[in-house]
Amino acid sequence: MSFSKIKFDKKIVLSFWIILIALIIAAPTLLPVFRLNLLGRYLSLSIVALGVDLIWGYTGLLSLGQGIFFALGGYCAAMYLQITSSSEFPNNIPEFFALYGVEKLPFFWEPFRSPIFTFFAIWIIPALVAGLIGFLVFRNRIKGVYFSILTQASLLVFFNFFNGQQKLINGTNGLKTDVTQLFGQMVGSESMQRIFFWITAILVIAAWFFAKWVVKGRFGNILIGIRDDEPRVRFTGYNPVIFKTIIFSIAGGLAGISGALYTVQSGIVSPQFMTVPFSIEMVIWVAVGGRGTLLGAILGAVFINYAKSLVSEALPASWMFIQGGLFILVVTALPEGVLGWIQGDGPRNLLQRFGLKRKIETYPSLEVNNNEGNNG
Amino acid sequence: MRGIMDNTDLLNLIDITVSFEGFLALNKLNLNLKKGELRAVIGPNGAGKTTFLDVITGKVKPTKGEVIFKGKSLVGRKEHKIARLGVGRKFQSPRIFENLTVKENLEISVTTPKSPLNLINKSIKDEQINEIERLMKIVNLAQKVDSKAGSLSHGQKQWLEIAMLVGQKPDLMLVDEPVAGLTDEETDLTADLLKSLSGENTVVVIDHDMEFIRRLDSNVSVLNQGTVLCEGTMETIQKDQKVIDVYLGRPED
Repeated sequence: MSFSKIKFDKKIVLSFWIILIALIIAAPTLLPVFRLNLLGRYLSLSIVALGVDLIWGYTGLLSLGQGIFFALGGYCAAMYLQITSSSEFPNNIPEFFALYGVEKLPFFWEPFRSPIFTFFAIWIIPALVAGLIGFLVFRNRIKGVYFSILTQASLLVFFNFFNGQQKLINGTNGLKTDVTQLFGQMVGSESMQRIFFWITAILVIAAWFFAKWVVKGRFGNILIGIRDDEPRVRFTGYNPVIFKTIIFSIAGGLAGISGALYTVQSGIVSPQFMTVPFSIEMVIWVAVGGRGTLLGAILGAVFINYAKSLVSEALPASWMFIQGGLFILVVTALPEGVLGWIQGDGPRNLLQRFGLKRKIETYPSLEVNNNEGNNG
Repeated sequence: MRGIMDNTDLLNLIDITVSFEGFLALNKLNLNLKKGELRAVIGPNGAGKTTFLDVITGKVKPTKGEVIFKGKSLVGRKEHKIARLGVGRKFQSPRIFENLTVKENLEISVTTPKSPLNLINKSIKDEQINEIERLMKIVNLAQKVDSKAGSLSHGQKQWLEIAMLVGQKPDLMLVDEPVAGLTDEETDLTADLLKSLSGENTVVVIDHDMEFIRRLDSNVSVLNQGTVLCEGTMETIQKDQKVIDVYLGRPED
């Protein structure tokens, strides 16, 4: 049984690769600019979903605050783009500052003049913030629902802070990137968007391999151990605090990359990235796609968002109901998510129900038979 | 009670008191273990047997008293630090990682150093692979290497956890009810296994099963109301009037 299961998994992986590579190559020619841009955005969201899968699917940390790190990455990218495109504006600083009478660039903007600094800041700053928040929370052994509440509360703190700081980062209006310049081209232009699509597609694959590498082997097994029985991990001599901080930090870094890619493709970063529903949606993508499968996180993020845009175009205002229904369906009928169901016993059980496959002997019935044998 | 610590002692519990909001789970408990000793600990429900293990492993901080292990105080140290010092624990109901395979469970236990960097960077050492193979043979799980631990029978889970405990190479093994739910045959095998481990390791076994304790053929400490009531061989404690009153009842024969 396990042999055919392995082959089945391999088939899925192989067909996935063929479809994916074909899609990436063909997408810019096949899809209209608008659709290509949407696909690029949703692919960038799948990177934050990978992080959610690492911390939630593997380590059991349900974070409802990934929007923080996502937005931080987005702000880093947007600050660089704005500052390098501000030579025509008063005082050579981004245009919005003039609205609030700010004449001198706030100090924390300065390093973002450097593309190299920005390149690292996009993932290191969110990773450091996540590491710090994580360490403080994990060290105090806050877990389960309290952890979720705390991450959501942190999200609201960040949201309110960013919302209120007009003079620092344009507050609730956010930072626009589509009319900024990068390497002499407008970021919102068709050719740039095509390049961003390629970059995103490559980074999604890179992030996926990175996540696979992280969970492979003993490190990943400790994460699963922490999810299933943290005290046991501790009594075996491992310090769960360090492992949880590392993985939370990795998820934060992935969220930052995701946010930066999403920002340049949607044309703006704003505190809306740090709203509560958006961070919860990230969890839903992973739940629907399949927790602890990595691939499920990517597929969940892309397909749910694509469905969202298609449904919203056809039947505006009905998406929330569909999304809610989808989540309820997954929680009640497919707790492992779609991919988890496919990889597990799902298809066989379905075939059994239609009488197409013989039922296998299950453990309890075997045990009952054994006991009878022993007693008799 | 010996006032002065003997240098062959591996563990000394000195006047340990644990108070849970006024309730004394342990009350001035004193206990000394020699290196290589096998010790059984028995006592009625609520005598403080599990709290006693919690104090040694750092899960519960004693209100008063001192725990000296290999000459170092354990009080206030974190659980994983105590584990790294050489204290291993097997829990009452088998606590293994059900979603990992038998082999992966054992890998977690034999891996050293237990730092994230070592785990993510390096592959497992050859000697550790050999150790895993040796352990799987000892506990008869060699056929189940790649099975999910959750699919094992109850007895096999108990044995896997014992193997994980041994794989940690602790100087002190604390074994909480290792034969709960095992068949008679498995119980005998477990007793023999634990006996064979003592000598090189120091083993503390907590159990209710008197036949099993008798088979261990070791010194027995009887706990009652958070303190050591009596210590000695099985024969001595069975004749002790205090023990008979609180725990054993009148012998049937």
